[in-house]
Amino acid sequence: MKKTIITVVGKDTVGIIAKVCTYLADNKINILDISQTIVQDYFNMMMIVDAGKCDKKFGEMADEIEKIGEDIGVQIKVQQEDIFNSMHRI
Amino acid sequence: MINIFEVNETNNMIEHENLDVRTITLGISLLDCIDSDVDKVCENIYNKITTVAKDLVATGQEIEKEYGIPIVNKRISITPAAIVGGAACKTPDDFVKIAQTLDKAAKKVGVNFLGGFSALVSKGMTKADELLIRSIPKALATTDFVCSSINVGSTKTGLNMDAVKLMGEIVLETAELTKDNDCLGCAKLVVFCNAPDDNPFMAGAFHGVTEADAIINVGVSGPGVVKTAIEKTKGENFEVLCETIKKTAFKITRVGQLVAQEASRRLGIPFGIIDLSLAPTPAIGDSVADILKGIGLEHPGAPGTTAALALLNDQVKKGGVMASSYVGGLSGAFIPVSEDQGMIDAVNAGALTLEKLEAMTCVCSVGLDMIAIPGDTKATTISGVIADEAAIGMINQKTTAVRVIPVIGKKVGEVVEFGGLLGYAPIMPVNSFSCDEFVNRGGRIPAPIHSFKN
Repeated sequence: MKKTIITVVGKDTVGIIAKVCTYLADNKINILDISQTIVQDYFNMMMIVDAGKCDKKFGEMADEIEKIGEDIGVQIKVQQEDIFNSMHRI
Repeated sequence: MINIFEVNETNNMIEHENLDVRTITLGISLLDCIDSDVDKVCENIYNKITTVAKDLVATGQEIEKEYGIPIVNKRISITPAAIVGGAACKTPDDFVKIAQTLDKAAKKVGVNFLGGFSALVSKGMTKADELLIRSIPKALATTDFVCSSINVGSTKTGLNMDAVKLMGEIVLETAELTKDNDCLGCAKLVVFCNAPDDNPFMAGAFHGVTEADAIINVGVSGPGVVKTAIEKTKGENFEVLCETIKKTAFKITRVGQLVAQEASRRLGIPFGIIDLSLAPTPAIGDSVADILKGIGLEHPGAPGTTAALALLNDQVKKGGVMASSYVGGLSGAFIPVSEDQGMIDAVNAGALTLEKLEAMTCVCSVGLDMIAIPGDTKATTISGVIADEAAIGMINQKTTAVRVIPVIGKKVGEVVEFGGLLGYAPIMPVNSFSCDEFVNRGGRIPAPIHSFKN
């Protein structure tokens, strides 16, 4: 199972997690792990999700989630987990 | 499981430190395109390239999207055209026709450069090699994406001084034919010694005859990442500095390895090598010169520059080799002048001269790269510069190259603008004392002895 990493960075505001999670639920994307911190007043969240049951193509899903970020004024990135495993795990 | 700090570290490298995969280069053998009729050769070449590379750009974009890492260039390298066109081409214009076909194929598949309009003449030139070399000025003037490289020497064969002499003339003629376009033709022409068969970087990429039918080679980059990492080692000793560079190079290269494997899997084309080069761009912060400054030099060119570059190059290799299953190409730090804002600043400050650049090329890849020189430089002087650089490569068993741009109509101190990744460059002075008699001797410099290393 290939995992996907969603990162959200931006000014903290009400409902960031809710909006992202709603989209994930609507698209049958299962959340495996969430961690978040506040770095210098900036909201910083990482989700590890399983998009295996999502009907959309990766690119389409990524574009839509990034669009949600634009709407609420935060930056969202959607990436396959492999890039982080490659860089940080031998 | 991956944690938030690791994710942030990677994304910071991409967003703030210009980490990218510089190029996915698809090497394609054109040996099966050979025919005795030039039009048939062109047809075969066009068909093969547009078939094998048809999904290259789309696949690259797909990988970019999925991993969130920019892949700046998608390119093609081909079997040296002198071999492919050897049986068909009877005049330089026949080779120009092949160059134009290559250009058309490159445009069709959407790549931004195609390398391999090349001849390997380290010991001698065949008739076809010479025709190709003589066709270079017109070929580069009438195409947009074709890159040319000529290998004029090697450690095993010595230097072909007839080719060196000819290339001085050809460089100048290429500048003349593209003078309305800032002599851009010369930015697409490299003269090599010990050219590697699997280099993914332009303008010197070609698909050597030792390679498979098609292969994926990837060039990683990330001078900005190395620079940011060593900023944190200010005041620390060399052990700390070297360890930091090595670890950073490892991380950068792992991304390249992933991209290479994915591209290979999706295109169904075997993975060749990762080229571990630090390749700068004119973007601020994406500079090898800035790394040298971070190591402790006021400007590249200051005493200590060669040593700093040597350690940088070596640590990048040490870190990168473990990160990748196959390493090849040029693998080192590039020190092009026009493509690196820090190098341009050093030239403008008077810190960096052609002679110091030559010394620097003894310890790094590749050579005198993207250096603008006065347009009235003599052909023999350019040949002399090529011979010096090739001699360094030949004796030290390394790849060296010359990519100089004589800017027609401009003098020392003026600036030439190439645009895009090629950047801009102040015109640098060249030693004007004559080497005519040396260059005009003709013949070969014998292969060097491999013992008594002193």
